[in-house]
Amino acid sequence: MDLSAISPTLLIASLMVAATPILLAAIGELVVEKAGVLNLGVEGMMITGAICGFAIAVETGSPVLGFICAAIGAAILSMIFGVLTQFFLSNQVATGLALTLFGLGLSSLLGQSYVGIKPPSTEKIDFPLLSDIPYLGPIVFNHDLMVYLTLALVAAVWATLKYTRAGLILRAVGENHDAAHALGYKVIRVRLMAIAFGGACAGLGGAYLSLIRVPQWTEGMTAGAGWIALAIVVFASWRPLRVLLGAYLFGGVTVLQLNLQAAGMAIPVEYLSMSPYLITILVLVIMSAPRKGGKARMSLAAPACLGRAFHASS
Amino acid sequence: MLRRTLIATAAAAMALTGTAFADGHAKTKVGFVYVGPVGDGGWTYEHDQGRLAVEEAFGDKVETIFQENVPEGADAERVITQMALSGANIIFTTSFGYMDPTNAVAGKFPDVKFEHATGYKREHPNVSTYSARFYEGRAVQGHIAGKMTKTNKIGYIASFPIPEVIRGINAAYIHAKKVNPDVEFNIVWAYTWFDPAKEADAATALIEQGADVILQHTDSTAPQAAAQKAGNVITFGQASDMGEYAPMPRVSSIIDNWAPYYIDRVKAVMDGTWESKDTWDGIAPGMVEIGEISDAVPADVKAEALALKASISDGSYHVFTGPLKKQDGSDWLADGETADDGTLAGMNFYVEGLTGDIPQ
Amino acid sequence: MVRLEKRPQPSKKWIYLTPIVAVVATMIAGGIMFAILGKDPFEAIRTIFWDPLFNEQFAAYSRPQLLVKAAPLILIAIGLSLGFRAGIWNIGAEGQYIMGAIFGAAVGLAFYPTESWIIFPLMVIAGAIGGLLWAMIPGVLRVYFRTNEILVSLLLVYVAEFILASMSLGLLRNPEGAGFPGSRNFKSYASAHNAELIAGTGMHWGVVAAFIAVIFAYVLLAKHMLGFQIRLTGEAPRAARFGGVNPARLILFCLGTSGALAGLAGLFEVSGPSGQISIDFNVGYGFTAIIVAFLGRLHPVGILLAGLLMALTYIGGELASLMLGIPAAAIQAFQGMLLFFLLAVDVLTNYRVSFGKAEVA
Repeated sequence: MDLSAISPTLLIASLMVAATPILLAAIGELVVEKAGVLNLGVEGMMITGAICGFAIAVETGSPVLGFICAAIGAAILSMIFGVLTQFFLSNQVATGLALTLFGLGLSSLLGQSYVGIKPPSTEKIDFPLLSDIPYLGPIVFNHDLMVYLTLALVAAVWATLKYTRAGLILRAVGENHDAAHALGYKVIRVRLMAIAFGGACAGLGGAYLSLIRVPQWTEGMTAGAGWIALAIVVFASWRPLRVLLGAYLFGGVTVLQLNLQAAGMAIPVEYLSMSPYLITILVLVIMSAPRKGGKARMSLAAPACLGRAFHASS
Repeated sequence: MLRRTLIATAAAAMALTGTAFADGHAKTKVGFVYVGPVGDGGWTYEHDQGRLAVEEAFGDKVETIFQENVPEGADAERVITQMALSGANIIFTTSFGYMDPTNAVAGKFPDVKFEHATGYKREHPNVSTYSARFYEGRAVQGHIAGKMTKTNKIGYIASFPIPEVIRGINAAYIHAKKVNPDVEFNIVWAYTWFDPAKEADAATALIEQGADVILQHTDSTAPQAAAQKAGNVITFGQASDMGEYAPMPRVSSIIDNWAPYYIDRVKAVMDGTWESKDTWDGIAPGMVEIGEISDAVPADVKAEALALKASISDGSYHVFTGPLKKQDGSDWLADGETADDGTLAGMNFYVEGLTGDIPQ
Repeated sequence: MVRLEKRPQPSKKWIYLTPIVAVVATMIAGGIMFAILGKDPFEAIRTIFWDPLFNEQFAAYSRPQLLVKAAPLILIAIGLSLGFRAGIWNIGAEGQYIMGAIFGAAVGLAFYPTESWIIFPLMVIAGAIGGLLWAMIPGVLRVYFRTNEILVSLLLVYVAEFILASMSLGLLRNPEGAGFPGSRNFKSYASAHNAELIAGTGMHWGVVAAFIAVIFAYVLLAKHMLGFQIRLTGEAPRAARFGGVNPARLILFCLGTSGALAGLAGLFEVSGPSGQISIDFNVGYGFTAIIVAFLGRLHPVGILLAGLLMALTYIGGELASLMLGIPAAAIQAFQGMLLFFLLAVDVLTNYRVSFGKAEVA
């Protein structure tokens, strides 16, 4: 065993990359859930984004265009969910699961001719000098553009929800759609926009996998990342900055356990492999346990209208 | 007992309808059952290439059918049965987990031939098994890896701790060690055959800890991409050539080439000469191919690797030749002794020098 | 403008009509998709919906298989529906299914090669306990630590999958399997084998259990106090609390029941159709069952029908891909469409469509 071989700097740098797809999908889903909609179709939207982005990037040679189309493609797919749940008032849990099923099928159909192709590469952003700073350099200044954009997106979502009128309306719609409606807000329009945003973010997450992280197209390549994103939103108790924490925690433990294995750590591999899931649960239990004398509000932090259909009866 | 007879009668009736249908056509119907999607770019993809080769070889005389994404277990038994019912004359089941279902269905359809990949059970005279000696290719990889590494650390991304994977690790290690006594293997068990993101993470972890050669026994190209990103790290294609990453980081590859075997067996069915047998082929008959060794490998190393391949191919050299000891120091093979297939098939131990435990 | 008006009570007529409308709509949309893929749409639709039931060549085999495929879905969905009605979200049935199979199989394998009638019942009990215990983890954490059960039950699926891999490579591995992964096959161990009860019908103990579960759930919800409490908690949580419902007990009951039923489904599957514990033993029944539960409107009889319908599309889809060479991906997309339409038309049951001017939110 040689634990000294594990470099904390590189570990943090690679966990940032590892967590990016989950983080993108999770921050999108957070906005959706804040609007009172539970979309379990994240996995389906991610993989659709992965193939849309990949196909466009290969055809045009431009990863940027790929990412844009991934967002658009997944957003269009999410509109199936939007129309069904908002206009046809279908059950959100079941519709989301159906969306995952449909997205997995659709993406494989679209991707049939893209197997075994290498996409155009996305360059890391080069910060001259800065990336050479010991420790800090590799962590902060040595990534591709999407990593930074994702962090900016998390901050933007946080600020929007907290400080802007749009954020206020979104939260109002999620907390009490009848009251929001009475105040004259277009509940359904707000929710549709949130769902489309969630779809776009999931699509970007998928494209990050197929264009940068892996990068290749293979059927089923998201391999459950969408589910983890869903879990991260719950873990974060619907707070944007905790989504960041959750995604980095999960990504971090995943990367760490592989590093420990590579270093020959004498812990049975099965336990190491389970550890990201177990540690996530453990941290949530600690965070949500009632404190002495005080009430824990964690489990009550869900938007009050989450998963409930809205129909304007008046 | 009554129950069993009933099943037998029903099955016989089904078998009759099945064959009657098949005889109505002059074509030989060939079925394939795949565990993954044909677009996985690895294991299933190569089997499907074999299927296409069968179509090409026999043209109008064959009809091929396949079913992809078939889970192992109950679903597999149903899919194989339906394939037999649809009039298939020979069915290739291409995953280890199809072993029991294949044999169960074979018992009900004595007139249909069954070929199960990577298993060992042949409970009926109409079942054959076939597998490839991938470890022969691993030996060649190990040789190149041992010569090429500068850090003397070789990273190995393993899938599940099963004999085939362990065999590969041992074969690679023995031959890396032979040319570079200081070599050290770091093994990561991914517990998956296919999860690109996880494979990328595993490769990155190994590289960050100093490995400059990555061997993989998982199917995606993610480790190749991770190595490319890292720079001076070399890799080997797995299952398919992964040639899009040549000449660096991919310096060579092991390719599963099922086509010759599939064509041979389908031909045997057509000629009526098919019989149950166990095939375990390696480099010699072309079931295991070594992908082109790229120019990133120095000419002398390449020549040695090709010589090793040739000696395995003509049978003058066995990959597991003594003296070899097991990890715990106990004797395994005496000087000049070669491993028997039984031990190899069920290999569940590391050879001396490898560190760490095989997960149980 | 098109406008929806809430019906005072669900329309009886549309309850029965909506599934038919949905299936027809799916046939049209799916037909278009198959046509785009260059396949004969009529033949494809016929193969999916008709052939598993009535095709001369296959039906004798595939009809009973419908029961085999539907049984675990129904068994799990019934358990889930109880919790879903009360607003308790167990989405980790897949993990409970795995643990049930492991517990049950472990008991069976411990007795090998003894033959006795008692072995199979013991396995059944162990299977139920395995699922129950696994579901109790999110249950207890929810009750005592207020941890969200969605997250815990979902993440425990992945943990269960690693335990499954570890078991099939280690403890439960067949000692005569030449080092290969996977347990002994229960099909060759009579006392532990969940065989067909009547040959050629597909009826095994799991199917029987599924039917019993349907009846049990029906009676519970219609007649029993606990069923009333479950419905009340789902519809009016505050009223339920004032009405003396103990939320902790209800959470444990709902999670426990769904876990036990999922565990049973796993046990019946491992000892019967599947035959052995292997690395890839689970095939997603736990997730599909969530869809089945909602397609069946969380009603026991609805779940029964929804389970059979899902099974039909699986088996029909297999036949379509086998006979017509339709890619598995297209079948998956087709199933997705069917679900979309089934969910969409449900609106007609509860709402009336009217045309005219009115503001729409």
